[in-house]
Amino acid sequence: MKLSIGPIQYFWERQQVLDFYEQAANSAAEIVYLGEVICSKRRLVKFDDWMAIGAELKQSGKEVILSSLTLLEAASELSTLKKLCRNSSFMVEANDVAAIQLLSTAGRDFVTGPSVNIYNGRSLELLAGKGLKRWVLPVELGLETLKDLQARRPEGVETEVFALGRLPLAYSARCYTARSHNLPKDDCQFKCIDYPDGRMLKTQEDQEFLVLNGIQTQSALTHQVLEHVPELEILGVDVLRISPQFQHTLRIIEIFDTARKGADLEPLGEELLSLLPLGACNGYLVDQAGMEYDAAQVA
Amino acid sequence: MELVCPAGNLPSLKAAVDNGADAVYVGFKDETNARHFAGLNFTERTFEKAVCYAQDRGRKIFVAINTFPQPRGFDRWQSAVDQAAAYGVDALILADMGVLDYASERWPDLRLHLSVQASVTSSEGIAFYHQNFGIRRVVLPRVLSVNQVAQVITDSPVPVEVFGFGSLCVMVEGRCLLSSYATGRSPNTYGACSPASHVRWEEVEDGTNTRLNGVLIDHYGEGEKAGYPTLCKGRFQVGEHTFYALEEPTSLNTLSILPKLREIGVSAIKVEGRQRSPAYVARVTAVMRAAIDHCLLDPQGYRPKDQWMQQLAGVSEGSQTTLGAYHRPWQ
Repeated sequence: MKLSIGPIQYFWERQQVLDFYEQAANSAAEIVYLGEVICSKRRLVKFDDWMAIGAELKQSGKEVILSSLTLLEAASELSTLKKLCRNSSFMVEANDVAAIQLLSTAGRDFVTGPSVNIYNGRSLELLAGKGLKRWVLPVELGLETLKDLQARRPEGVETEVFALGRLPLAYSARCYTARSHNLPKDDCQFKCIDYPDGRMLKTQEDQEFLVLNGIQTQSALTHQVLEHVPELEILGVDVLRISPQFQHTLRIIEIFDTARKGADLEPLGEELLSLLPLGACNGYLVDQAGMEYDAAQVA
Repeated sequence: MELVCPAGNLPSLKAAVDNGADAVYVGFKDETNARHFAGLNFTERTFEKAVCYAQDRGRKIFVAINTFPQPRGFDRWQSAVDQAAAYGVDALILADMGVLDYASERWPDLRLHLSVQASVTSSEGIAFYHQNFGIRRVVLPRVLSVNQVAQVITDSPVPVEVFGFGSLCVMVEGRCLLSSYATGRSPNTYGACSPASHVRWEEVEDGTNTRLNGVLIDHYGEGEKAGYPTLCKGRFQVGEHTFYALEEPTSLNTLSILPKLREIGVSAIKVEGRQRSPAYVARVTAVMRAAIDHCLLDPQGYRPKDQWMQQLAGVSEGSQTTLGAYHRPWQ
């Protein structure tokens, strides 16, 4: 199994982004997804910067994929998407069907991200016919469905699983980070920059439940599949995706690198838990509520 | 502008037809549609009556088969498509690419609409479904401003339907997993958000707690009316504040912008609420019918009547309404 670094979902300072990818160049991950997938107002790293970062990562031997914006609203966002899909250097991860349309009609191969709804074999086969080379299993689907889908997987299509990260759960027209500061979206003052792992939303009983990341809502707990790595290997999963968190991402990649080589998972699991911003969950994998975590399943 | 109204059972369907709906949309009694609630929707027998009632009166009937089947359930979605097609419905409202592919291949003459659950917000996205499955209408998610809807209509290869009234999804439809994160069941997989099976109302010393699979969604003080714990409409803490962090319990109401929707070329107005009562369907259909008729007759002179607004507020969540994302400041 290969390891990938998913697109950064948060709004980080430009230098933090550059530093992160400098380190990523020396990591065990074979694939790096680049680009802004949440909010088109986040422009500290521009299109040309992403292309330059991509070129350097490619030099370091990484497969580089450019990720597209998930929720398209303004006409300007569609224009930006068109530019992204025309780039001549890298394959594109489509996070919306508009990107699939642009890429497939241009005869270009593509990857689909977790927010493209591929729930059954017929969808998978259809997209394979359009140029799909890799797909990310929608995060709410479990191992049983993955198994069924793997059985029908078309030739030449790789399967990627969201292996670690706060779960991307929802997208809205509304910016919740701005709202939490009583600011309108059009005058958000880029508050997301203050929350490099998202802003915590708690219940009135202080249960840390969700995380606000601009127009996106994430799980407060970090979904992680470490205990299931051997099973995912058996199911023929090709890529495990590590979604960047503000700290410790490189160490987490090392942990998954060790795990895929067959190391004892128990000590790795313990260390992994200590590196997460809050705690872990894995319920989606086993057809439970996504927020559940069954630590007893540790191999 | 066609008026498309919801029906979760036969009395609601009759209420929609009798009060002026141009089309009524329904679903079958299983997870093939996004209102999979206990006691709701149509069996084969009631479905046959529904089709007759609507079509005998010159109205259309649409069937929503708009959830996302996994491999083990795919045949049920196929059967739903076949059943609807066999009864000669006017259109299917579909979301999943696999189901669209099946329906367009098996029933090439049947009219297909792209459900809001397909989550398409741009002309390029619409073009994908148009080119591959021949969709003839798209229902847009409730995330676009009026100007953005206008842009989509300008570039869209097919006519556009938008939501005009009803409960408001604050997240882009078809890509919201909040419900399955808390309960294991989502609109995509199960056809229900915040399912009743996981809801608990809890009387406590100082009022009522509403929970979803144990998670506290809201707390209501003495005398405060407790609402259904739809996950995105609870009060949560962010920083120092406890508030409706995602969205207030409120309903979408577009009466004030109907002339604008007409002007930009909206083809159909959809009313949400298959889970609501026949009385709701009757009232909302009657108001929307009157409003659309006024608007089409005299777009310049049109003003929403106070009486209409009051009637709609009476059946709205939290008795309040909003223009939602159509109105930029809401965002």
